[in-house]
Amino acid sequence: MAITASRLLADHKVVFAGVGMPLLASAVARHIHAPHLTIVLEGGIIGTSLRPGQLPISTNEMRAAYGAQMLTDITDIFLYAQRGYFDYGFLGAAQVDMYGNINTSVIGSLEHPRVRLPGSGGANDIISLCNEVLIVTAHEPRRFVERVDYITSPGYLSGGDSRARAGLVAGRLGAVVTDLALLDFEPDSKRMRLRALQAGVTVAQVRAQTGFDLLVGEEVGDLRPPSAQELAIYRELRDGPPAGAAEESGATLAEPAAGARSGPLAEPAVGAATAAAEPVAAGPA
Amino acid sequence: MEQVAVRQARAEREAGGRPVADKRMTAQAATALIRDGDHVAIGGTLYSRTPMALVFALLRQRRRHLTVSRTLACYEIELLLATGALDRIVTSWVGIGLPWGLPPIFRHYTESGQVRYDEWSHLAMGLRYKAGAMGVPFLPSLTMLGSDLARTLDLQTVTCPYTGEQLAAVPALNPDVALIHAHRADMFGNVQVDGYRHMDTDMAKAARTVIVSAEEIVSPEAIAARPDQTMLPHFAVDAVVAAPHGAYPHECYGRYGPDLEHFDAYASSVRADGPAAGLRYVEQNVDAHADFAAFLAAAGSARLAACEAEARELTPR
Repeated sequence: MAITASRLLADHKVVFAGVGMPLLASAVARHIHAPHLTIVLEGGIIGTSLRPGQLPISTNEMRAAYGAQMLTDITDIFLYAQRGYFDYGFLGAAQVDMYGNINTSVIGSLEHPRVRLPGSGGANDIISLCNEVLIVTAHEPRRFVERVDYITSPGYLSGGDSRARAGLVAGRLGAVVTDLALLDFEPDSKRMRLRALQAGVTVAQVRAQTGFDLLVGEEVGDLRPPSAQELAIYRELRDGPPAGAAEESGATLAEPAAGARSGPLAEPAVGAATAAAEPVAAGPA
Repeated sequence: MEQVAVRQARAEREAGGRPVADKRMTAQAATALIRDGDHVAIGGTLYSRTPMALVFALLRQRRRHLTVSRTLACYEIELLLATGALDRIVTSWVGIGLPWGLPPIFRHYTESGQVRYDEWSHLAMGLRYKAGAMGVPFLPSLTMLGSDLARTLDLQTVTCPYTGEQLAAVPALNPDVALIHAHRADMFGNVQVDGYRHMDTDMAKAARTVIVSAEEIVSPEAIAARPDQTMLPHFAVDAVVAAPHGAYPHECYGRYGPDLEHFDAYASSVRADGPAAGLRYVEQNVDAHADFAAFLAAAGSARLAACEAEARELTPR
C-alpha cells in the first residue's frame, strides 16, 4: 500500500508527511516518478533526503533532517501549511470513520478510557490545513469504524458541509489507501467510497473488512500491482541496500538529482527481481 | 484553563531587572527556582535537544503538583509521573516512538484519572507559546476547529472583524519556568542553537523564568562572532548552566545522536514493571549520582562517542 500511496504524489509538489508509511511512500515517489517532490517534516525540516535503511523514527531527529534544504521551527512549519503551501498532508490512522475523521487519542471514552493513546501530535493540524489529505492505513474492521470514539483530527465531521460549517475552510480529504483498496469521499455526502481494488482483492472482501456501510463507486478499478523497480526501491529505502550488493555500485538508490528525468534513476539491485513475487501487503508496509 | 494572564506576565517582565551579570550556576541551584505547583515548560521536542541535565536536577528535587508542557513529550514525562511530581500534562503527544509501543507509566496515570492530560494539537501548542511570547492573550488560527480536542478543552472561537470568518482563539501560555538546552551560551545568557529550534524561542520568551543549559559556555566575543545564530538575548534568560552532553540520552543536533539502546532498556523495564520501574530508573540514574556529569561517566565514554559519531555522519560539516 505504500507503493499505491506513492503513486498519488505528483512531481513538483510539496508533501507534509508523518513518519512511518507516509514518509516511506513519499520517499518512494521521489525515487520513481516525482524527483522534485519536496518532503516536509513536522520537526521544522524542509526538503529532506533520506538515507536508505535509516528512515527517522521521529520527525524531529537528525536522521529526518539528513540533506535538508531548510531547518526552521515547528510552529513555522505548520504556518506554511495554514498559508496553503503544502499540496499534500499525508497521515496514518489508528481509527478512521466513514467521514474520514481520525482518532489517535483514546479507545473508549475520554472520562473512562480503555486505552489512552499518545494524542494528535500534528495530525489535527495536517488534516485541517493541508490542501489535500491522504490517509494510509491497514484495512481492518477495528480501524474502519462507523464513528470514531473521539475526533482527534477532523475529516468531514458528520458529512455534507459540516466540515466547512465548523470553520475548516482549508483542505479536503483526497484518498484513503489501504492494503485492500483505494477509497475516496463521495462529493455530496462526504462518505467514504470504494474506487479501486488492490490486485486479487474483491469488493466483498473490502466490505467485510470495513466496519460501516461502504459506498461503492460506479466503476471500481484495479490497482496496478507494484513493479519490480517499485518494490526494490521501497525495500531498499526501508531496509537499506540489499545484502550481497557490491559495495561501490550496489545501491539501487541514487539521490534523485533535480532535472535528471531521462531513463531509470538507477539500476535495479541484485536480487530485486525475486522480491516482485511477494504481495505488497506483506510486512508493516 | 489555568494560565498566567498575559498582562500579569508582562507586568512582571516590565518590573523585573535586566542585569548584564554573570548568570552561571549549577543545575541544582537553577532548578531550585522551581516551586511546587509551578508550570514548567520543557524545551526541545520528543528526544531532540531535551534539557535532560536540568530535568534530572528537577527530578532530584521531588517537586509536587507541577504542570509540565512540551511540544511532544518523551519518557522524561514518565519519570516525573513516576516520582509523583505531576498533576497535569499539557502537550500534543506522549511516547518515545512507534518501536517502543505505548508509554505504560503515562497510561497508568492518565487512564486512572490521577493526572490530567490536556491534549492540544501540535500547532496549537506552538501558538500558545507564541501568543505568550508576543504578549497577546490569544492567536487566531484555522486549526483544531470541529474536533473533539477543541470541545474537550473548551477552545473558544472568534469572529474576524473584517471578514466575518470563524477562527479558533488559541489562548496564550506563559509558563512559570522554561527549561531550554542549547549548543552555546555566554555567562550573560546570550544563547545560540544549531539546527532546528523546535518551539524553544517562543517557549522561553513566554516564560516568567528561563533556565538555559548549554553544551559549552563561550565568551561574549564568540557569541558576537556569529550573532545570526543567537536564539535568545541575555535579557530573556535568568540562569545559565554548563552541561556538556546535557541532552543525553536524547540527541543534540550536530553534536550527538540519541542513545537508542538506552531507550530500549528503559522501555522494556517499564513495560514489565510500570511506574515502579520508572521510580527505579530515577533512583539508579539520578539519585545515585552526585550530578549529571556522574551519570554521564556511568554511561561511559564509548557510548557517548558512538552517539557523537552518528551526529558527524548525519549533519553537514
